[in-house]
Amino acid sequence: MNAIAQTPDSETSQASSTASGAEILLRVLRDQGVDTIFGYPGGAVLPIYDALFQQNAIRHILVRHEQAAVHAAEGYARSTGRVGVVLVTSGPGATNAVTGLLDALMDSIPLVCLTGQVPTHLIGNDAFQEADTTGITRPATKHNYLVKRSEDLARTLHDAFYVARSGRPGPVVVDLPKDILIAPAPYVPASAKPHRSYRPVTQPNPAAIRAAVRALKAARRPVIYAGGGVINAGPEASRLLAEFVRLGDFPCTNTLMGLGCFPASDPHFLGMLGMHGTYEANLAMHGCDVMFNIGARFDDRVTGRLNAFSPGSLKIHADIDPSNINKNVAVDIPIVGDATLTLRALIEAWREDTTPQDRTALAAWWREIAGWRGIDCLKFTQDPSPGAVIKPQYAVQRLNTLCAGTGRDTFITTEVGQHQMWAAQYFHFDKPNRWMTSGGLGTMGYGLPAAMGVQIAHPDALVIDIAGEASILMNIQEMGTLAQYRLPVKIFILNNEYMGMVRQWQELLHGSRYSESYSAALPDFVKLAESFHATGLRARNVGELDSVIREMLAIPGPVIADIAVDQRENCFPMIPSGAAHNEMILGPEHSGRAASITDEGMMLV
Amino acid sequence: MPVPDGTFRTATISVLVDNESGVLARVIGLFSGRGYNIDSLTVAPVDDDRGRSRINVVTSGTEMVIEQIKAQLARLVPVHKVADLTKLGPHVAREMALVKVVAQGESRVESLRIAEAFRARVVDTNIGSFVFELTGAAEKIDAFIELMRPLGLAEVSRTGIAAIARGSVTI
Repeated sequence: MNAIAQTPDSETSQASSTASGAEILLRVLRDQGVDTIFGYPGGAVLPIYDALFQQNAIRHILVRHEQAAVHAAEGYARSTGRVGVVLVTSGPGATNAVTGLLDALMDSIPLVCLTGQVPTHLIGNDAFQEADTTGITRPATKHNYLVKRSEDLARTLHDAFYVARSGRPGPVVVDLPKDILIAPAPYVPASAKPHRSYRPVTQPNPAAIRAAVRALKAARRPVIYAGGGVINAGPEASRLLAEFVRLGDFPCTNTLMGLGCFPASDPHFLGMLGMHGTYEANLAMHGCDVMFNIGARFDDRVTGRLNAFSPGSLKIHADIDPSNINKNVAVDIPIVGDATLTLRALIEAWREDTTPQDRTALAAWWREIAGWRGIDCLKFTQDPSPGAVIKPQYAVQRLNTLCAGTGRDTFITTEVGQHQMWAAQYFHFDKPNRWMTSGGLGTMGYGLPAAMGVQIAHPDALVIDIAGEASILMNIQEMGTLAQYRLPVKIFILNNEYMGMVRQWQELLHGSRYSESYSAALPDFVKLAESFHATGLRARNVGELDSVIREMLAIPGPVIADIAVDQRENCFPMIPSGAAHNEMILGPEHSGRAASITDEGMMLV
Repeated sequence: MPVPDGTFRTATISVLVDNESGVLARVIGLFSGRGYNIDSLTVAPVDDDRGRSRINVVTSGTEMVIEQIKAQLARLVPVHKVADLTKLGPHVAREMALVKVVAQGESRVESLRIAEAFRARVVDTNIGSFVFELTGAAEKIDAFIELMRPLGLAEVSRTGIAAIARGSVTI
């Protein structure tokens, strides 16, 4: 790379014509501020690996499966706000990455995934390890490119970073034939000119902002519903959201992806909403007269039955992606724009508009909400005797308390299922970018590799993957990556020996016929940890829980803590599929409130 | 925001795109992946200097679905412009068809007579067949084909519609 480093930057190409495509690629990555890439080598990308070998500016993290490379890059991106970068080979390397790409697309995570490809003259010949990568990844990415000419290489890569991070962020694939990586390629710096076609609107329309402020000032029962878009817009958006909520004394709820964008410890916070959201959040959504949605997309897990979703409310929807507006729910005041700019404009307009709020109505609304809060929908009963079975909710609650006690900056990732919902309900986040979970796609096996990516980005932070015993096995091979890079990730397994969410649905919808949902033949997680050079711990009962958590937090290296929890516990509250927000099922602590599941609901997922 | 009702409408949408590989697949994939209808679709380069193609697509759906289709098209990276010609105002939508009729005797004479009435041109002929070239609105071509059916209609090839706004309006 020395030859390249000495080349002066210029718009002309001949200066660096001696550099190979692979070297140019690394130079563009450096231009884009990339310091880490997650990848796995193979024949088609050997030229890139050779170029990586000869430089020190970019660190390569070798994963054990390409899916994990993508999730690791997601964790890296979500916890830093930067673009995550993935490098995989052609054919199976690319196809293994597809799940991660779609996961990033659904959750709007900025990624650039570089895939190897067979040489251009072999494309279409069913060559060894050939796949139609752009064809396969087209519906799984925000955009993708196949570089067919060396002179397009640098420009395309700059373009990929721009597309990944601009507007609604997402994953971008650049497919790189091997001959393009070997042949000399011209260097081109990032263009300062606006993109030829992709220019998302970021500045909100002032008239829409004024209309939103008028509606919110006149509201008697307002609610703010904030999602992952606020986190994607950067930490300033979260700060402005808190300012706006306090300014208007609004109740505020977060989506699963939005957790952390509003402080959980603030009295205005109603908790998460949706299928496993809190009673107060869902009833506030149902009963509000003005709803302000910022950075969320009216997902079916949030809305429940659409024709019964928040009937009669005036809906304001702020989103960076115009296609999210009026997609599922018709809204009254659409605002297209970046969340930071939108919130800043709203606060300004709120202060300029001298109309007073109806404080009496607002106080009555807060009293109504206090009544719902009084139900204490997340209540559970833990038998305190040392030999008692651990309730999974209690395990997460203790983890939260003991983590807070360390005073360390804490990042939580999860797998997918019951443990994910308990983590969302019982672990509290006061800052954005601290919560990494697979929301849209619901990818089991996300949490461990995502935690790796977070730990790489934040070497001194406490990073915990709250997992289930079934999900963790989906990417368990990444224990090897933790060992290689000495990443002190803690894996906290809520082990109920079932695919718990599947078991719960089978209990509620399929007459307790637990078809194929038992986790048979589980490994000994303590020995498994040890075989991967980590520490394994186990808690069998309440008496062992705190000491295991404390020990886990004190160990400087990676740990698997296998927590045996109540096998029969279900995740409540729950809005059954096909039901409305005011038809929640509460837990066994609250009898006689169960909604029935309709035949139509049975057909929904 | 008008309350969206459930009534279907047809929309003729023109899309200006970068003429790059995969762009048509992106558009078609969007329609099939999200379950939208395609009644007609045409694509051809229209501006070689700037490397742009125009896609004309006729689709149908509720107002909410059509707005959604336009928003989904507009967020594709190589898309420059999306115009709903049906909403933009009056527009011309034309299609070309090649229609082969294999017939003898009276049927053959009759097919030629109808073709003249429709201002279709004979672009190929031999003793037992005609190929007619016909341009017009899709309904006119439908009507022509229906008339040819009993007279020995053998094969039809249609282009799908090309559309443009009337007057000085451009997209």
